[in-house]
Amino acid sequence: MDYRFTSVEAVTEGLEGVDYLCDESISSVTFLADRLQKPILVEGPAGTGKTQLAKSVAEALGARLIRLQCYEGLDESKALYEWNYKKQLLRIQSERGSEGGWDDIEDDIFSEEFLLARPLLEAIRAEDPVVLLIDEVDRVEVETEALLLEILSDYQVSIPELGTVTAKQIPLVFLTSNNTRELSEALKRRCLYLHIDYPEMDRERQIVLTKVDGISEALADQVARIVRSIRNLDLKKSPSVSETLDWARTLVLLGIENVDAKTATDTLNILLKYRSDIEKATKEFANNGGEFSS
Amino acid sequence: MSDTVVATESPLLDLLNGFVAELRAAGLPVSLTENLDAMRAVTHIPLEDRETFKYSLAATLVKNFAHWKAFETVFEVYFTLRGPEYSLVDGEWAGQDNDDDDDDSPDGAGNGQQGDGEGQGGGDGMSPEEMAEMLYKALMNGDQTTVRALARQAVQRYAGMEPGRPVGGTYYLYRTLRNLDLEAMLERLMQEKRDTASQPMSPLEERLEHDEYESRIEKLKKEIEAEIRRRLVADRGVEAMSKTLRKPLPEDVDFMHATREEMVSLRKSIEPLTRKLAVRLARKRRHGRKGPLDFRRTVRASLSYGGVPADPQFKFPHPSKPEIIVIADISGSVAAFARFTLHLVYALQGQFSKVRAFAFIDGLDEVTDYFKNTEDINEAVHRVNTEADVIWVDGHSDYGHALDVFHEKYSKEVSTKSTVMILGDARNNYHTSQAWIIKDLQDKARSVHWLNPEPKSYWDTGDSIVGEYAQYCDSVWEVRNLRQLEKFVETLV
Repeated sequence: MDYRFTSVEAVTEGLEGVDYLCDESISSVTFLADRLQKPILVEGPAGTGKTQLAKSVAEALGARLIRLQCYEGLDESKALYEWNYKKQLLRIQSERGSEGGWDDIEDDIFSEEFLLARPLLEAIRAEDPVVLLIDEVDRVEVETEALLLEILSDYQVSIPELGTVTAKQIPLVFLTSNNTRELSEALKRRCLYLHIDYPEMDRERQIVLTKVDGISEALADQVARIVRSIRNLDLKKSPSVSETLDWARTLVLLGIENVDAKTATDTLNILLKYRSDIEKATKEFANNGGEFSS
Repeated sequence: MSDTVVATESPLLDLLNGFVAELRAAGLPVSLTENLDAMRAVTHIPLEDRETFKYSLAATLVKNFAHWKAFETVFEVYFTLRGPEYSLVDGEWAGQDNDDDDDDSPDGAGNGQQGDGEGQGGGDGMSPEEMAEMLYKALMNGDQTTVRALARQAVQRYAGMEPGRPVGGTYYLYRTLRNLDLEAMLERLMQEKRDTASQPMSPLEERLEHDEYESRIEKLKKEIEAEIRRRLVADRGVEAMSKTLRKPLPEDVDFMHATREEMVSLRKSIEPLTRKLAVRLARKRRHGRKGPLDFRRTVRASLSYGGVPADPQFKFPHPSKPEIIVIADISGSVAAFARFTLHLVYALQGQFSKVRAFAFIDGLDEVTDYFKNTEDINEAVHRVNTEADVIWVDGHSDYGHALDVFHEKYSKEVSTKSTVMILGDARNNYHTSQAWIIKDLQDKARSVHWLNPEPKSYWDTGDSIVGEYAQYCDSVWEVRNLRQLEKFVETLV
C-alpha cells in the first residue's frame, strides 16, 4: 500500500500549495488518517474550513472529490445505490415476444449495467484516487448513520443481488459535523476525530493574506486582531473564518487602509449576523477604555 | 488493516496503557478499539514531535471536544513532562530566596537539600525589580522564549515549593501570580503604549492593544502553570499527580459547587447543548407517530414502482406542545442552578407552546417579560437577579410564602395543559411548607416536577423538606449537572 503523504510536514506543505493553511492538529490527523486508513470526523464551529479541508486535500493530492451532502431523510437509494427501475422496465419490455426465459432476464436486469451508483458506492468503485467527503453527517437520523458503518470500517458495500463490492483502493474519507447532535458511538469509534476551532490570530492573519487579493500586511494584521477581540466577547455567534475573509474583501473593495472604530462598526454586519451581537460589539468598540484601567 | 500492533513489550506501550487507564479514570469513554488505534497510531508518527504525537493520540482517543481539556491535562502529566530534560536538578527547589514571603509558608524541615544551587540557569542574581523589568520587556516585545524562562524563574522564586508538601498546584499558582502582580503589569504596558503613540489612541485601538497584551499574559500564566505542574510531577510521580489534577468533565460539574472557571466552561457548554436538544426534540416530535395518509407524496412515491402505491406515505402529526411553567428559587445557594435551567428552558422555547417563568426567594414575582423581546438570555437572567421583586422580608428562602403568593396571584392560569417545574433545594429555613399548594397545582396541571440541585443523600436533612413536597409531585429529580438536566428536559416533550 502506497501512502499518500510521506510525513506530517508533507501534508502541511501540500495543503499550503493549494492555499489551505493548516495547523499542527490538522496536518497530524490527516497524515494519520492516511497511514491508518481511517476516516476523519471533522467537527467545529460553522465556517472554520471543515469542508474546505476535504476539498483542499483532494486538490493537493490531485484526487477526485466525491461529495455526499447529508440531509434529513437521506436513504440508501440516495447515498449508496439504486436500481435503475425505468431501464429495467424497458429491458423487460424489449424482451417480450423473444425466446429468453425469465431467469435470463432476471440475471440481466440485476447486473451492473442497471445499477445507479450513488456517492458512497461510486467512491468505493473508483479506479482513480478519490477523496470522499460526507458533509454534515449530523443531519441524518441516527438510524441512517448505520448505512455508513460498513463503508467506513471495511470500505465495502453489500448489494443483495450482486454481492459485496470491495474498494479497489482505500479512499481518504472526511466526515464533517456541525455538532447539532451527538453522533453514535459506533460511528465515532470508526473515525479519527479532529476538532477545527477558530484559528489563532497569527494563522488567521496568514489566511487573510493568502486568500484576499490585494490586501496589505498592515490591514490583514488589523483585521485578524479585531476579529480576535470580537471573538473574545460573549456573543451568540462568533465570526467565522469565512466571514473574516468576506470582511477583509469588503475593506479592500472599499479602499480602506486603516480600520478605525467607525469603519469597523459600519461594516460589522458582515462579521456578525445577530442584531444583539452587533449592538454589543458596537458598544464595546465605542467604549472609551476606562474599564481597562486598574 | 495490514499492520499489526507491535507485540513486544516496550516502555512506550506500557506508558500508553497507563495513559489510557488514567483517561478512563478521568471519565473519558475510551473503547478497546480506540485504545488499539492509538497504539497503531504511535507506530506511524515521529515520536520526537510532541505536538504531532499529542494530536495523533487525541484523534484516536478523544471523540468529544468537551473532553479536550481533560485530555490535555493528562497528556501533559504523562508525556510532556517526561524525559531527562525535565527531571529536576538537585537543589532546584526554591529555598532561601523566598524568605521575604508571607508567613503562610510552613518553613521548616524540608530545606536540607538546597545547598548547591548550580544548574539553575542564569538570572539567579536578579532582584525582584530587575526580574519584573525583564518580564515587562519580554511581554512588550512578545518574546516567548524569555517569557518561558522567566516563568520558570518566577515559580522558582515565588511559589515556595518544597518536596513532599501536600499542597495543591493552585496554591503555588496563586502565590506566584500574586508576587508578579500581572494586573499592574498590564496597566503599565498599556500606559507605555499610550505614551509612545503619536496621537491619542482611539477606544478601538486601545481595546486591540489590551487584548494583545492580555493574550500574552495569558500565555505567561500557562507557562507558569506548566512549570508548577512539572515540578509537582517530578516530586510526586505521574500517577499521584494525574489523580490530583483530575477534574470533572463539564457535563459532570456540580452546579452548586462549581468554581468560577468551571462556571465559564459550563456556560460555554450550555449553548451547544441547547442546540442539540432543540434539534433532537423537534425530530422526536416529527418522527414519533404516523399521521394520516399523505396522498400527494404517496402518488409521488408510487412512480418508482410503476404506479403501484407500494410505499404509502403519511403526514407528520402535530402533537400539542406542552405549556411550561417554571417556578425557580433564585436565592444564593441555588442561583447557578436556576440560571442554567432557565437558560435551557428558554433556549428551547420553540418546543413549547408557552413558557412562563416565576422567580422567588421569599417573595415571588413573574419574570416572563424579561425573557421576551430579548435575544440575549444571559442579560435576561441578569435582570431576573437584579430587578425582580423576589424579596419579601429578609431574603432567606421561604418556600411557603412564595407558594402562597403564587397560589393567590397565578393559580388561575395553571391549566391541564401546563407542565409545572419547580426548581429548588427546598431548604425552607424552617418556615411553614404550604405543601397543599403543590397538591392543588398537581390537581390542576398536567404534571408537576421538582428539580433539586442537591445530592439525594442530603434531601430531607436539616431544613430541607423536599420529601414533604415530593408526595404531591409527579416526579422529583436530582439535577446536579448538565447531564442530568439534559436527561430531564428530554422527558418533558
